[in-house]
Amino acid sequence: MKKYTFTEKKDTRSGFGAGLSELGKSNPNVVALCADLTGSLKMDAFAKDHPERFFQVGIAEANMIGIAAGLTIGGKIPFTGTFANFSTGRVYDQIRQSVAYSGKNVKICASHAGLTLGEDGATHQILEDLGLMKMLPGMVVINPCDFNQTKAATIAIAAHDGPVYLRFGRPTVPNFTPSDQKFEIGKAVMLNEGTDVTIFATGHLVWKAIEAGEQLAAKGISAEIINIHTIKPLDNSAVLASVKKTRCVVTAEEHQMNGGLGDSIAQLLARELPTPIEMVAVNDSFGESGTPDQLMTKYRLDAINIVDAVNKVIKRK
Amino acid sequence: MASTAELEKIVSQVRRDIVRQVHAVNSGHPGGSLGCTEYFVSLYFEIMKHTASKFSMDGINEDVFFLSNGHISPVFYSVLAHSGYFPVKELATFRKLNSRLQGHPTTHEHLPGVRIASGSLGQGLSVAIGAALAKKLNKDNSMVYTLHGDGELQEGQIWEAAMYAAAKKVDNIISTVDMNGQQIDGSTEQVLPMGSLRAKFEAFGWDVLDLDKGNDIAAVVATLQKAKEHTGKGKPVMILMKTEMGNGVDFMMGSHKWHGVAPNDEQLAQALNQNAETLGDY
Repeated sequence: MKKYTFTEKKDTRSGFGAGLSELGKSNPNVVALCADLTGSLKMDAFAKDHPERFFQVGIAEANMIGIAAGLTIGGKIPFTGTFANFSTGRVYDQIRQSVAYSGKNVKICASHAGLTLGEDGATHQILEDLGLMKMLPGMVVINPCDFNQTKAATIAIAAHDGPVYLRFGRPTVPNFTPSDQKFEIGKAVMLNEGTDVTIFATGHLVWKAIEAGEQLAAKGISAEIINIHTIKPLDNSAVLASVKKTRCVVTAEEHQMNGGLGDSIAQLLARELPTPIEMVAVNDSFGESGTPDQLMTKYRLDAINIVDAVNKVIKRK
Repeated sequence: MASTAELEKIVSQVRRDIVRQVHAVNSGHPGGSLGCTEYFVSLYFEIMKHTASKFSMDGINEDVFFLSNGHISPVFYSVLAHSGYFPVKELATFRKLNSRLQGHPTTHEHLPGVRIASGSLGQGLSVAIGAALAKKLNKDNSMVYTLHGDGELQEGQIWEAAMYAAAKKVDNIISTVDMNGQQIDGSTEQVLPMGSLRAKFEAFGWDVLDLDKGNDIAAVVATLQKAKEHTGKGKPVMILMKTEMGNGVDFMMGSHKWHGVAPNDEQLAQALNQNAETLGDY
């Protein structure tokens, strides 16, 4: 098992803020909109440095999505910022008609996704956003795993012409990806080559997959670990190449099983290479209040749950 | 400057195009389209600065228009075609398979002249504000126009947008509400009375103009000209335009029943008899 280390834990939302700040300096067409969560989204630096290109819309997310769509008419590249719940479910029809169907170059940037939002509880803990967004034709869906990767993804999506959903979160997590690693939309990242099982993980579950891989290695199980930061378009060739070798799969994500990464991989494998698969995800349930760590344990999204899923799926080979 | 007589000739042909498009596929929305014919003809043939042959999505240094109540696509398509955005004969493809003229307007099929999809109501004002903000960032002094139905104002997003436009002084936008007083289930008074729209928009901080004769081309042109003079003064501009749904076709006038119903062969003949062929039917 390849050894991964980190010097500090950082929140992915700060990676977004850092990336946006850099874009502000390098690309004069980048504009940003926020629905009264500038501090939470770490958009303060952009707002301070480029007040003419920052639009505070107040608590009116539907209007924010529409204004963003309009700003593209005139060549701007708008980045909208609010919590994942208010970035997707609350404004689904606005995104569908004014952004996706209209083919507008809007970047929907969503923080506080999933259970790790914590104490605010289920009203704010959206676990359906990846599914909602990936169903929209033409929408790119990205869920990076740490600060560095979120920063790189933020910068990369500005160069992509078309709508993008970028999902990140609130808690600090190990910042382990190289700060100079290029972010390629739709290109899976191989973290550890293995032979017995493939673990496909996304977002906050990527580090937990690494921890699981270490525990499995100690027991003599060789896990291939792949970071799927882009849910859509899925890196089909990377998935198939790995599964041809390992012949069984575990997926891991901070999302509902319905509509998430596991569902995308299962669809691909059902069509191309039927393979035993286990999914570490929230199973048709809302979240609740608690600390992020407590919630990840209660809803079975910890490294040990990945290890258990691997042990189960290997027996099904 | 076109004369009133010249504009009226276009109006007559557009009304023919509306009923013919809807009749051909036995679907579509003739009532609201007919009521807004003078508005569209005034906008595209007199008021807006635009070059149909050089359509670009960004519309830099051009006036741009957003139709928020997308169901009145027949009038929009006819006026775009006669303005030169696409061949008039393409109106024959309205609502048919593989057409650029979808039931509700869209950018998805790349029809020149359309800059946003609309149909799901209440979204166009927000989009128009975005386009107006982009014009300000680009130091582009041209104007953004929008049209909305009165029933559409029941959508909450309209009021989010109305609050924003006034608060942030988006004063390069001229919105118009088609006050035909009708919606699908009946009159707006029956379905959900909205009280004084003037008082509401003024309270939100808009500069409000009344246009009581929305089916009088000279009055429409004059009010749109006046609205232009009201821009650039720190407030978005709203025209409350009274029209008659189905105007120009006597049996369709003033009733919600022709909101989304096509005329049969006999009714088509009657409607065409009342609107002379002035520019040639497609």
